[in-house]
Amino acid sequence: MAKHSNLKEKFIHGLFLFNGLLVVIVLAGIFVLLVSKSAPAFKEIPLWGFLFKSTWNPTATFVSPTYGMGSMLVSTFMVSIGALAIAVPLGIGTAAYLSDIASPRVREIAKPVIEILAGIPSVVIGFLGIVLVGPVISKIFRLSSGLNALNGSILLAVMALPTIISLTEDALKSVPLSFKEASLALGATHWQTIVKVKIPAAASGIVAACMLGMGRAIGETMTVLMATGCSIAMPKGFLSSVQTITSTIAIELGEVPYNTTHYYALFAIGLVLFIITFIVNMISDIVLHKYQKVVK
Amino acid sequence: MIKKKQFTQILGFSILRACTLLVMLTLVVILYDIISKGIGVINWKFLTTMPTDGMTKGGILPAIIGTFLVTVITALLAIPMGMGCAIYLNEYAKDGMITRIIRMSIRNLSGVPSIVYGLFGVILFVQLMNIGTCILAAGLTLGLMTLPWTITASEEALKNVPNSYREGALALGATKWQTIKTNVLPYAVPGMLTGTILGLSRAAGETAPILFTGAAFYLPYIPKSLFDQFMALPYHLYIMSTQHHSITKVRPIAYGTALVLIALVFMMNLFATILRYKLRKVKTE
Repeated sequence: MAKHSNLKEKFIHGLFLFNGLLVVIVLAGIFVLLVSKSAPAFKEIPLWGFLFKSTWNPTATFVSPTYGMGSMLVSTFMVSIGALAIAVPLGIGTAAYLSDIASPRVREIAKPVIEILAGIPSVVIGFLGIVLVGPVISKIFRLSSGLNALNGSILLAVMALPTIISLTEDALKSVPLSFKEASLALGATHWQTIVKVKIPAAASGIVAACMLGMGRAIGETMTVLMATGCSIAMPKGFLSSVQTITSTIAIELGEVPYNTTHYYALFAIGLVLFIITFIVNMISDIVLHKYQKVVK
Repeated sequence: MIKKKQFTQILGFSILRACTLLVMLTLVVILYDIISKGIGVINWKFLTTMPTDGMTKGGILPAIIGTFLVTVITALLAIPMGMGCAIYLNEYAKDGMITRIIRMSIRNLSGVPSIVYGLFGVILFVQLMNIGTCILAAGLTLGLMTLPWTITASEEALKNVPNSYREGALALGATKWQTIKTNVLPYAVPGMLTGTILGLSRAAGETAPILFTGAAFYLPYIPKSLFDQFMALPYHLYIMSTQHHSITKVRPIAYGTALVLIALVFMMNLFATILRYKLRKVKTE
């Protein structure tokens, strides 16, 4: 009897272990399958030109098709960095207010507001980019269309804000109370304490939060697809239409026949996107871990 | 001198307060715009009829049903797998190489862009498994995307079960699995479900992963099996606001769809919160 139940326990343990390992298999699977689908593309496209040339014209009929994702890379980073330029100061400011200054009642209102903001589907934010932000931009800058990189940056900032706010708040809260008390005891004002003691002490947590927000912004599809105008040319500035990596995949994958060079090339830009977000997330992870050690 | 210090403080606090107000205001503007312009379209007919006249009239019933069916498939994959993984991590795993790799994978999976999950779904489910573009393929793709969230939420719930519950059972001679089954899971399941429903509500609003795995532009019928293509609320909103041939004419329908989608996501969140509250009450009685 004892032996039987022992066997059963071991079986159940094994089952859960397998379940845990499935996550690793999924992550590895994504990478392996993306690589296997991208590889055929590089039989015809030189890797260097693929990454750094900026003409993407896979459907050229009279000249030979060209595959260069340079302008997409620039567009993706431009829109994401623009988003961070808006979301980081706003997010840190809000987090500092909520963690140090706000009354409990304000905090109680703010928490669900930020949760609801985080829960709004990206396609709805993109829709608002078309009907709400776009017209405002076109009026202010006198453009015929408000669908451009600036619009995308504003929307992505809205989407990155909840992540940045809640993680920054966590980082600020985990700064030991003694830091704050020591600073106040030395005669610093509350404001000086926040700016000169708490924020520097939480710096790596805040940096990790911003990197995570950046990872989200780089990988976001629907908002940029709907709000940035999608023109594949190299962007001239924040007021020109751009097409990011994610939008290109979303627009073109539905239209190409399976297993053509163009089809493989789309998986290849997907692989590049996967690698970029992987690196950004890893950096955020490393920074966060370093910071946790310091606090301990 | 003191005056200058105080002045800086007042100025600084005002800036921080302005930041917070701006963030709150963003949500107010978003909700106001969608509710005020969407509410006029919503009536019983809008929710329960098919789109007609090239989607310029009629309702959004197939999109609602499509999103519902896909979310069910997502739940069937994400709930057991997420809970299983969380149970392994919190109850069985020792701090070692394997555990570290699993945790690192979960963190990375949660950062994988949704469109990459879409690509993965196309290769794995549509092509390799040969399921085709359908509800099942889209649901499984969304299920994989939801996994990191359900795992994290489930683990959080397991962590909240006091260790003395486990020790009590083990001291009475129960095996590990008996302990988990009788003394851990009953207390953790409410929290696990709450977190999982929150994850599902995010999956229900996602568009990118279903773009190529089964969502259809326009299908004037209810899907008959899991191997049919389907219409989905988020995809419908995308179509209605960018791809439709007379975009300005269907703008009210787009607003209505956006409102229904937001309402659906909020209702799932509310349901999760109420569920947590109710089940917690039962426990303490």
